[in-house]
Amino acid sequence: MENETIIVPEKVKEPSEPLFSPKNKRLLFDPLSDNNPITVQVLGICSALAVTVKVKPSIVMALAVMVVCAFSNVTISFIRNLIPNRIRIIVQLTIVAAMVILVDQVLKAFVYDVSKQLSVFVGLIITNCIIMGRLEAFAMANKPWPSFIDGIGNGLGYGVILVIVSIVREVFGSGELMGYRVMPESFYAAGYFNNSLVIMPPMALIIVGIIIWIQRSRNRNLIESN
Amino acid sequence: MDHVNIFIKAIFIENMIFAYFLGMCSYLAISKTVKSAVGLGMAVIFVLAVSVPVCYLLENYLLKPGALTWLSSDFATVDLSFLSFIMFIATIASIVQLVEMVVERYAPALYASLGIFLPLIAVNCSILGGALFMQEREYATLSEATVFGIGSGVGWFLAIVALSAIREKIRYSNIPAPLRGLGITFILTGLMAIAFMSFMGIAI
Repeated sequence: MENETIIVPEKVKEPSEPLFSPKNKRLLFDPLSDNNPITVQVLGICSALAVTVKVKPSIVMALAVMVVCAFSNVTISFIRNLIPNRIRIIVQLTIVAAMVILVDQVLKAFVYDVSKQLSVFVGLIITNCIIMGRLEAFAMANKPWPSFIDGIGNGLGYGVILVIVSIVREVFGSGELMGYRVMPESFYAAGYFNNSLVIMPPMALIIVGIIIWIQRSRNRNLIESN
Repeated sequence: MDHVNIFIKAIFIENMIFAYFLGMCSYLAISKTVKSAVGLGMAVIFVLAVSVPVCYLLENYLLKPGALTWLSSDFATVDLSFLSFIMFIATIASIVQLVEMVVERYAPALYASLGIFLPLIAVNCSILGGALFMQEREYATLSEATVFGIGSGVGWFLAIVALSAIREKIRYSNIPAPLRGLGITFILTGLMAIAFMSFMGIAI
């Protein structure tokens, strides 16, 4: 009897931290603005910019990155105490690569045309620095559930920038949104042209630069010293 | 002549940074001084020059549909191409590890100056990108793939050295505070990429 009374409160204590405690909520929402992977941590820019010509592929890309990031975070977090330090990069890359192969096969099976548009960039999720960065910085030192939330949060933060950039590029570059025409015909009649410069890759960089400018003038803590 | 074409194309027209945005993260993070940019650029050239041909061999003698026929004709229908991501990244990671050990053993001075950039190359997207583009474009011979690897590396090298030189100068300019550092670097890269677009119309 004595023993049981001691064990019971411990069992209750285990799940005492609610699944969405304030700490975990912060993990989820911080990456959306103050700790955004692209504009603040400078991670995952490589693949972010080339897929943002249209909104649809960038949403698919953002979802793919979110899934890979969350599940590889969880996997690494489960085995974090078993990985020898010297070969951890190879172990991490192998796990991420396995996740990416799964995502790639799913995309090929269900949204083949988008997967063709994304071409090598699905494969490049493996070397997407967001994923490696979060594995190194978070999953190697934290429990599975917070790691999962962290993965989802960073995937969302990445997705937000991707979607903003792609909306600007699709509306001004081809006058469409998700494939539907949004620029009224009367504009074209009055002499408006689609700005084909926005479709070119360099403009993606300049748009991200402007997003950083806006974000940092709203949140002056992020300003870098010269 | 084909080789020269591939080389020039890989450097200028299909530049890893300005046309495909590959290897952007280390490109933005390590371009603060010309010296470290040169070191990292050289390391990227070397790793691309070694890993693209190795991946070419893997692709053609192991992964491609029917690639295993050199073993026995029974394997003519085996298609292992879904394994290519995992094979390529494992190859690249081990080559980077190997390069690191060789440099540490035989050129300690270079090793000290490169520091943490060497292991970082394993996750530089331009390396895996090089391997995947090689797979997609189906180069005919091993030497073509090697030339493509070296060319992409040289293109990346030129881009990072150019950016770091500009950043060294721009430190003395009066930039709006929120744009300092990362913001202006993005816009600079965009402008440089627009300049590089002038190569795009050239057909060779």
